[in-house]
Amino acid sequence: MEPLGFGARLWLALVLPFRVLFDGQLAARIDGVDDAPPALPPEPEPEPEPIEAEPETTSALQLLTLFQREGRFVDFLQEDVSGFSDADIGAAARVVHEGCTRALRDVLTLAPVRSEDEGAAVELAAGYDASRTRATGNLVGEPPFRGTLAHHGWEVTKISLPTLVEGHDPSIVAPAEVEIQ
Amino acid sequence: MIAIGIDLGTTNCALSFTDSASEPPRPLPIPQVLAPGEVGPRPLMPSFLYFPAPGQFAPGSLALSWVPGARDVVGTFARSQGATTPGRLVSSAKSWLSHAGVDRSGEILPWEAPEGVPRVSPLEASARYLAHLRAAWEQAHPDDALDDQEVVLTVPASFDAVARELTQQAAMLAGFEEPPRLLEEPQAALYDWVAQRGDAWRDEVSVGDVILVVDIGGGTTDFSLIAVREEDGTLELERVAVGDHILLGGDNMDLALAYTVRAQLEADGKSLDDWQMRALTHGCRAAKETLLGEDPPEQCPLVVPSRGRRLIGGSLRAELSRATLNAVLLDGFFPEVAVDARPQTPRRVGLTTLGLPYPSDAAITRHLAAFLGRGGDGDGFVRPTAVLFNGGVTRSPLVRDRIMGILTAWLTEHGAPAPTVLSGTDAELAVSRGAAYYAWARREGGVRIRGGTAQSYYVGIERSELAVPGIPPRVDAVCIAPFGMEEGSEVQLNQVFGLVLGEPVSFRFFGSSTRQDDDVGTTTTVAPLTELAPIETTLDGTEGQIVEVRLHARVTEVGTLELSAVAAQPDDDQRWKLSFDVRGQD
Repeated sequence: MEPLGFGARLWLALVLPFRVLFDGQLAARIDGVDDAPPALPPEPEPEPEPIEAEPETTSALQLLTLFQREGRFVDFLQEDVSGFSDADIGAAARVVHEGCTRALRDVLTLAPVRSEDEGAAVELAAGYDASRTRATGNLVGEPPFRGTLAHHGWEVTKISLPTLVEGHDPSIVAPAEVEIQ
Repeated sequence: MIAIGIDLGTTNCALSFTDSASEPPRPLPIPQVLAPGEVGPRPLMPSFLYFPAPGQFAPGSLALSWVPGARDVVGTFARSQGATTPGRLVSSAKSWLSHAGVDRSGEILPWEAPEGVPRVSPLEASARYLAHLRAAWEQAHPDDALDDQEVVLTVPASFDAVARELTQQAAMLAGFEEPPRLLEEPQAALYDWVAQRGDAWRDEVSVGDVILVVDIGGGTTDFSLIAVREEDGTLELERVAVGDHILLGGDNMDLALAYTVRAQLEADGKSLDDWQMRALTHGCRAAKETLLGEDPPEQCPLVVPSRGRRLIGGSLRAELSRATLNAVLLDGFFPEVAVDARPQTPRRVGLTTLGLPYPSDAAITRHLAAFLGRGGDGDGFVRPTAVLFNGGVTRSPLVRDRIMGILTAWLTEHGAPAPTVLSGTDAELAVSRGAAYYAWARREGGVRIRGGTAQSYYVGIERSELAVPGIPPRVDAVCIAPFGMEEGSEVQLNQVFGLVLGEPVSFRFFGSSTRQDDDVGTTTTVAPLTELAPIETTLDGTEGQIVEVRLHARVTEVGTLELSAVAAQPDDDQRWKLSFDVRGQD
């Protein structure tokens, strides 16, 4: 299986906690991911490239900065939600949703991996791209596999993060603000 | 050759370009500072200039590739930072450029800035935006220098000769080698429509049609009328009337909504600080767009986040209902009025401040009624047959329907057919794209809108009467340039003036966008006219000598008005250029 690109991984990593939190069905599916039998590769897979010891962190911090600036993303995740009513959390989620959507639209273009509607019948031919489509459930024998589309997937088709000037410290995700009287 | 159109807007700038007839003009992504240390491209550049306090941002964090040592900032970050620190923000520079009451070349912006804040003139601020667009172009197209291309710069139709001249000067300050050609924004919007339609536009309008362009932007509203005529068997477009520059737009609507919601919140015992009020205004803008959009919900939730890190605990919740929106926005800004309604002017308060001349009546439909009522025959108003909308506010189908409903009522009441809507343009980019199309059409051939000068111009001449102590001599206005003078044409006033050489001379100068029938030499009183900046010159020559001159007016190829004094003696071809004194009068 091809590893996902960095952008796609980052996106997944940011969005999944959110989706798991609010989407019980997805959570259940993800819970089952580890138990699912692995897809049978038609031929031995090449050894994966060793992961770089230190991944480049600037763009991750940049995206986090953007989500915080536009949608208060870090504030939202860092707050203890247990004491609040769903209505309060919902109101805050609107701020996060509206702002992060805007931020997302500004820096990257998302497209579904598969064009079919969710729930539609899908056939996976032999040699299908396992990094783009993940088969789950009753996987027996050789492709083609027949099934229904559970999630159409997301693909970042274009990403353009702002360029940073020399010497800019990306780890300040939100500067402290002092209102001068 | 690349055709370039620049929209130097009151709240947003854009640059579009095209290099072929088959491809419609497209916008240039404009790199700009998005936050300290971050630069990214956006299709629009907000027309804001922010002066940071010393040390407010880390050294070098406002750098652009073409200004590594930038100390101030324009564009997206200028706008967002300026919202929290308004005293250091230059905004609406374009409206100041057309405001005759102040010194437009003087360092007056940010208006009422506190002591110690750097200041620039409206002219320099405009030049800064143009210089940024210019640099963005040069960076993206290093092999096609801007000065070698056909560049068109747009101005509001209501800009008078002085404001147009200043716009040119701003371009020169921004480093343009040649002054770019000027084009009126509503015309540019119509060009965009023509470009989008291709040859099919000729099927959608016919001879005798009058197109009303309704342009409601972030901060300004403008109306123009463009007539469809026939010449040599083909359809031609001619701009026949322009309205006044009304400082009223989408920003006013957002504020009006925010104040309404704040009142609701305060009634519930919640109070908002300045920061939250701004956040609320942003929220209202988003809610407005939802509620004015396609299939609007009954109400739109609004959340005012807390400023501190406690987002969930500290946020305030409110709701904007469609009923409130209708009451505040549609009935407030677009009330259903009769065609003979006029904007209400309150009694003048003795002491007026020198700020921008905001209208006291926010009802855009009353301003529209006044505009249509200025011309027209029979029962006194022009009957447009088609409407072209431009500007962000008009993207809303509700706003468009409201305006069309009112127009239709006015027209059908008087036996005229309901107007049609010319659709298919993008409300935010139409002006720059249309300007690029026009630049292309000028060079390579294509539809042209004829128009000429949008106002008629007058010089003030003192009546020779017995002087009465304490009473200023009465002044007559003599028309020196009639409405609709075409580019490249020149007229002269027959009257001869005796002027003293070696001394500065000055004439009072007036304009009118309503007096379309005056010819050169027509004399009127100054009362119905708008006084513009005085025109002045120093006639060089032997000091003290008196020379007889006639005043000439010429419309330059780039669309500005040039006034000069020409020696009246037939054997003398001396010519002195008259220039506008924009230092402001009291």
